[in-house]
Amino acid sequence: MGAQAVSEGTRMVVSARSFADFTPQASFPIKKCDLHRLEEGPSDEALLTREQGLQYYRTMQTVRRMELKADQLYKQKIIRGFCHLYDGQEACAMGIEAGINPTDHLITAYRAHGYTFTRGVAVREILAELTGRRGGVAKGKGGSMHMYAKNFYGGNGIVGAQVPLGAGVALACQYQGNNQVCVTLYGDGAANQGQIFESFNMAALWKLPCIFICENNKFGMGTSVERSSASTDYYKRGDYIPGLKVDGMDVLCVREAIRFAADYCRAGKGPIVMELETYRYHGHSMSDPGVSYRTREEIQEVRTKNDPISMLKERMLSNNMSSVEELKEIDLEIRKVIEDAAQYAISDPEPSLDELCNHIYARDPPMEVRGTNPWVKLKSVS
Amino acid sequence: ECRLGGSAKRSYSITSCASVFQVNVRDALNQAMDEELERDERVFLLGEEVAQYDGAYKVSRGLWKKYGDKRIIDTPITEMGFAGIAVGAAFAGLRPICEFMTWNFSMQAIDQVINSAAKTYYMSAGFQTVPIVFRGPNGSSAGVAAQHSQCFAAWYGHCPGLKVVSPWNSEDARGLLKAAIRDDNPVVFLENEMMYGVPFELSEEMMHKDFVIPIGKAKVERQGTHITLVSHSRCVGFCLDAAAVLAKEGVECEVVNLRTIRPLDVDTIEASVMKTGNLVTVEGGWPQYGVGAEICARIMEGPAFNYLDAPAVRVTGVDIPMPYAKILEDHSVPQIKDIIFSVKKVLNM
Repeated sequence: MGAQAVSEGTRMVVSARSFADFTPQASFPIKKCDLHRLEEGPSDEALLTREQGLQYYRTMQTVRRMELKADQLYKQKIIRGFCHLYDGQEACAMGIEAGINPTDHLITAYRAHGYTFTRGVAVREILAELTGRRGGVAKGKGGSMHMYAKNFYGGNGIVGAQVPLGAGVALACQYQGNNQVCVTLYGDGAANQGQIFESFNMAALWKLPCIFICENNKFGMGTSVERSSASTDYYKRGDYIPGLKVDGMDVLCVREAIRFAADYCRAGKGPIVMELETYRYHGHSMSDPGVSYRTREEIQEVRTKNDPISMLKERMLSNNMSSVEELKEIDLEIRKVIEDAAQYAISDPEPSLDELCNHIYARDPPMEVRGTNPWVKLKSVS
Repeated sequence: ECRLGGSAKRSYSITSCASVFQVNVRDALNQAMDEELERDERVFLLGEEVAQYDGAYKVSRGLWKKYGDKRIIDTPITEMGFAGIAVGAAFAGLRPICEFMTWNFSMQAIDQVINSAAKTYYMSAGFQTVPIVFRGPNGSSAGVAAQHSQCFAAWYGHCPGLKVVSPWNSEDARGLLKAAIRDDNPVVFLENEMMYGVPFELSEEMMHKDFVIPIGKAKVERQGTHITLVSHSRCVGFCLDAAAVLAKEGVECEVVNLRTIRPLDVDTIEASVMKTGNLVTVEGGWPQYGVGAEICARIMEGPAFNYLDAPAVRVTGVDIPMPYAKILEDHSVPQIKDIIFSVKKVLNM
C-alpha cells in the first residue's frame, strides 16, 4: 500500500511505503531552553510524525550533500571566490522552516546555502549560482552570498547589515497587518555589531514581529566566542528583549523554539531573541582549513556525538518510525538529485555578455552604460 | 485678485495671483510628500524628529498630525539601524522615505545605502526591488562648521544602482521628490538647507498632484551663446546671478541646471557646449573627484571636446574642511564673483 505525501518546506513528494508496523508518530523529550525574561518557554517534548521525520531527514541530508558537493567543486576550481559552508548546522535551517509558514519571512548572512534551499530554491539553481552560470538563481550575477527567493532576502555579505534589514521586513509585516513574522539571523561574530543593538532598540520600542536568532557556532571566522565577546550569553544580549537558548543540533528543539517565538511575535508582544547552539564542520570559508584555531578532535567529537542528521536518524530508527533501508533509499535519491544538479551547474553556460549591465534600475527604459573605455557603450535593460 | 501670504494659521504659505503660486522650497517638499502619502498608502516617512517636532527643518510640518504614528515615524538617533530598517521595509513591499537630518549623518549608514539598497537589484538579477527615497539637506549651511557642511553629491553619484537627485528651486523640489517617491529604485535626494526658505513661482500646472520632473534630465535655465555654466542645487542661483552681471558686459551665459547627478544628462551638457564652445562647472563640493571633474572628463571623451575654444574649468568649494568664522566660511564656498572671474578667464577677457 503506497501513500504519496506532499511535505511542507521542501515541496518534494515523499513516497512513503508505510508498512503496517512503522510507528506513525512519537513524542520525544527535548532539552529545556535557558530562558531570559520569560516565565515559561517552549515545551520540553516534541511530537514528531513519521512524515515529518522523513521530510526533515531528507531536507537536512540534501543540504549536507549539497554543501559537500560545493566543497568538491570548489577544490576543483569550478566554484570560485567566497564559499561559506553550512554542514553541521542543518538542524537550524530545517527546524526554523518547520516552525514557520512559507508566508513568513527570513533573512540571514553569508552562510546562506542551507536557507536558500529551505526557502524553496532548487539545488541545481543554488549550485549553478555558485558556478556562476545563467541557470543560477541570480543568473550568475550574485554568487554564494547573494541568492534571493520569495520571502527570503538573502544572503548578505556585510556582517550584521542583515539585522536592521530583517527588522525592517518585520516593520512591513506590522504595517501591513498580515500576521507574518520575520526571522532575522546572525552569527556569534556579528552579535557584537552596534547596528544589531540599534535594531533591538527599535524592534522593542515599536514591538516589531521580529525573531532575532544568533546562530552560535562558537567561532567568528578564526576567533572563538571567548576571544570576541565580553558576554557569550547571546540569548541575553537583547537585554530588555526576552530570549531563549536552544540546542541548535536538535531539529525538534529548534522547531519547538521557533514555534514558541513565532506565537510570541504574532501575539503582538514584540521581538524575541533566540540563540541556537550549533557547530560548523568546515572552516569559516573554503580558504580556511578550520584547524588552526580549533582541534580536529573537537570537530570529530561533534560529528560522532552530536551530528544533527545522525540524531534524527537514531530517533526514528529506535522508535521504528523508519528503517535503515528506507533511509538508505532516501540517501540514494538525494545523491542523484545532487549529482544531476552538479552536472547542470557544470554544463550550464555562463551568462551572456549582454547581461553585464542589466538590472541596474528596475522598471526603467533601456539606458547606456559606459564600458571600460569611452568607445565601449553598453546597453542596460531592467 | 491676489491674496497676500504669510498667515500663521495656514500650514503652508501660498499666495495665489492669477494662476501663479509663491511657494518656498520647504513647502514644495512638504506638499510633495503630503500628496504622495495620500496617493499611495505604502509610502511612509521615518527619521529623527520628523513627526512630533514637525521636522528638524520643518520640512515635514503637519504630516504627523494628518497621518499619525503609523506613517510618520520618529526614530532614535541610530542612523545605521533606521536606514537598514527602511531598506528592509522597501524589500518587503513598502515605499519608505528615510530622512537623514543632514547628509553628514548618512555616513553612519552609508553601508545600508550602498550595499543593501543600491546593489540589491543587480545582485539579485532583477528579483528584488528597493523602492526607497533617502532625503535630507546636503552641503554647506551657515556657521555649522566642518562636520555638518559636507557635500555628498560626488560620493553617492559614484555608485551604480543609485539615482542621485539635487534640486535647486521649488519646481525642482516638488517635481523631483514626487518622481523619486514614485520611482521603484533607491533615490538619494540632496536638498539644501539654505534654499528651504526661498520662494519661487509655481504655475498651476506645476501645482497639479501628478506633476513630476523626469529624473536624469537637466534643464537649461537660461539660454546663452558665449559660455556654458553647469551647476546643481544652490549654485544654480549663483550662476544665474553671475550671468545677469556678465550680460551687462555683453557675455551671454547659458546656465544648465543638472537637477540629477546620477544618471548624468551628458547630452544636454554636450549640446550646450557644442553651441557655446566654453564650459565652466560650478558646485559647492570639494574639487577632487567631484561632480565638475566628472563633467569635464565626459566632455573630453565625447564629441563636444572638438568644439571647445578653451579648456573646461571647475568652480568648486575650497579644498578644506569648512571653517566656522564667517569671513573664513564665506571664502570657502564659490561666490558669484568667483564664477564671473572664471568665466572671464576662460573667455580670455
